[in-house]
Amino acid sequence: MPDTLCKTFSTSHKYQIIKNREVHTVSKRKYGLALSLVLAAGTILGACGTDKDKEKDNNTSSSGGNQSEFSVAMVTDVGGVDDKSFNQSAWEGIQQFGKDNEMTKGDGGFDYLQSKDESDYTSNLNALTRRDFNLVFGVGFLMEDAIDTIASQQTETNYAIIDGVVDQPNVASILFKEQEGAFLAGVAAALMTKSDKIGFVGGMEIPVIERFQAGFEAGVAAVKPDIKVDVQYTGAFDKAELGKAAAGRMYSSGVDIIFHAAGGSGNGVFTEAKERKKADKDAYVWVIGVDSDQYEEGKVGDDNVTLTSMLKRVDVAVQDISNLAKEGKFPGGETKVYGLHDDGVTLADSRGAIPEDVLKQVDDYAKKIADGEIEVPEFTK
Amino acid sequence: MSNKVVNILVPVISIILGLIVGAIVMLVSGYDPVAGYIALWNGIFGDAYAIGETIRQISPYILAGLAVAFAFRTGLFNIGVEGQLMVGWFAAAYVGSAFELPMIIHLPLSLLAAAVAGALWGLIPGILKATLRVHEVIVTIMMNYIALHTVNALIKAVSGGGYKTEKIQPTASLRSDFLSQLTDFSTLHYGIFVALAMVIVTWFILEKTKTGYELKSVGFNDHASQYAGMNVNKNIILAMVISGAFAGLGGAMEALGTFGNMTNRGGFTGIGFDGIAVALLGANSPLGVIFGASLFGSLKYGANNMPNAANIPLEIVSIVIALIIFFVASGYIIRVGLQRLAKKKEAK
Repeated sequence: MPDTLCKTFSTSHKYQIIKNREVHTVSKRKYGLALSLVLAAGTILGACGTDKDKEKDNNTSSSGGNQSEFSVAMVTDVGGVDDKSFNQSAWEGIQQFGKDNEMTKGDGGFDYLQSKDESDYTSNLNALTRRDFNLVFGVGFLMEDAIDTIASQQTETNYAIIDGVVDQPNVASILFKEQEGAFLAGVAAALMTKSDKIGFVGGMEIPVIERFQAGFEAGVAAVKPDIKVDVQYTGAFDKAELGKAAAGRMYSSGVDIIFHAAGGSGNGVFTEAKERKKADKDAYVWVIGVDSDQYEEGKVGDDNVTLTSMLKRVDVAVQDISNLAKEGKFPGGETKVYGLHDDGVTLADSRGAIPEDVLKQVDDYAKKIADGEIEVPEFTK
Repeated sequence: MSNKVVNILVPVISIILGLIVGAIVMLVSGYDPVAGYIALWNGIFGDAYAIGETIRQISPYILAGLAVAFAFRTGLFNIGVEGQLMVGWFAAAYVGSAFELPMIIHLPLSLLAAAVAGALWGLIPGILKATLRVHEVIVTIMMNYIALHTVNALIKAVSGGGYKTEKIQPTASLRSDFLSQLTDFSTLHYGIFVALAMVIVTWFILEKTKTGYELKSVGFNDHASQYAGMNVNKNIILAMVISGAFAGLGGAMEALGTFGNMTNRGGFTGIGFDGIAVALLGANSPLGVIFGASLFGSLKYGANNMPNAANIPLEIVSIVIALIIFFVASGYIIRVGLQRLAKKKEAK
């Protein structure tokens, strides 16, 4: 009985619609014929396609055989390879490494895969492993679990994780002392601010980003202990609109310098600053970029809102590990930490935005940190 | 043309049409569509690993699709599957990691926790709809955001300030070494059987029980149902609760199978929203949901191989996949076309 109730309803419903349509569109009948002709053609073409598919498939599998001695690839996190920040920096490192060693993009050379979602990490890492890359980088803290799993299964391939620690004999863990670079950014911000209000926009509240925040706050406090940094997290690395909203609120409340550590979300901070600069050429708004030199991001006509960028030389680390692996000295099971001392973190060229005397003070702090005279806190209070 | 032939022809033609238009997009943007589709095919069925991962991806889609379809049959548009799935995910991950129990209790308990959490999340819009006539679409959309941020806060709370929950105990895991080895280390897990079992449960409730009859009846015409002596409000609440439970189980697939924990999320998973399309593609029938979920799951997973094997950018791939789904969803147009053609033949 329930069956019939359902069926009668649905079928009668459909018929009604069809009837109505016919009444109104008798002239369109020919259209149906034309459509079906196209479909028929499509079916035939489709069949051709599959035959060719098979041939091509055979070709690719045979050509995959010739390989150069060393190959390297990376998997991005959800920010994507063009995030103008962290992932991009890693990819630039790999490209540079490829260029130095006369490798080509693709199998047996160097390549990358982008992740759209958390669930892509494992499959992307696996895909690259299956293409026989010798070394596969997982870019980003969130890939820890995925690398851990895959590395235990695929013991033949070497992996490296950036910003995370995985304890496996075939995984090298790469960490940065972000707090040291962020400290310098904090010093520069505190010396440059006119309103004595400084902001920090973070991505997700994870240890890496908290290191940025801790260092930045410590740097500001070292120069002007009274300033309380306005901190806001967007909760995501790929949501520029949230970064823009956070920056908008901060600038409106009088903040004049914002340091962002939010990957793709941070692009919104730049957008907001540029809009303000465009509307009022004399507006005193600055952004401190992160990971790569984000000078290009801050261009507004002849002006630029990029004060400086805190460089996290993911590219240096990537090349370093790749070179070690190529020479057969892959630091599997080890954790390498890149700090100010090893040029792993530093401030980018400010291109005149920061005056000489301020730069000198920043350099003094940099020396003290490198010499161990100042210990920059790793955790936020 | 008989109805049966039409029923088979329509989806086939729609998929082919989608593939053709997708190929044009790839050609226009300067990529090789043949290589692209080989990559897609290999990404779905290429080897044991790909098949395993594809099936893994299908499981939560089946449950999300069931959740949407079930509510639809009672005339309710449950857009809150996403949120219900996330609370289910968290509940399963928490119960799976916090307790130490023998597997025979632990695994069912974790699944149950996910179902209950999802059901509770569905209960709220159900009650609001039944008692105050607040439209369930609005409430469920808002409940998604509440779920996202509540779950993020809960993850932080239970992990002592961290960003992810602890890994679940092996006794709560749906993973199996057997399935994993069978598919060359894929993350395939027993969740697919849970999902298929739920398909049967749905069919049974809807087609073989008095409750199911009442639920559908309310969906067709709530006034008539009330006149016939059915408790419409009770049925609305019940439909949302059952729908939420399915969604919650979908979250359990991710918690107990794919990931083994839950990470602080910046945004929605998308599975719940795709569940709406899965249900509609499957004409809101339990069996149809399996097909809808298979299509979505395969395309979603297989598409990852297109940048990998054919060097086509992810953005183009997204367009191609969307086109295929678009044509499948608009199968009705093709159906009308075919029927016209048949009539014309008869006339001659």
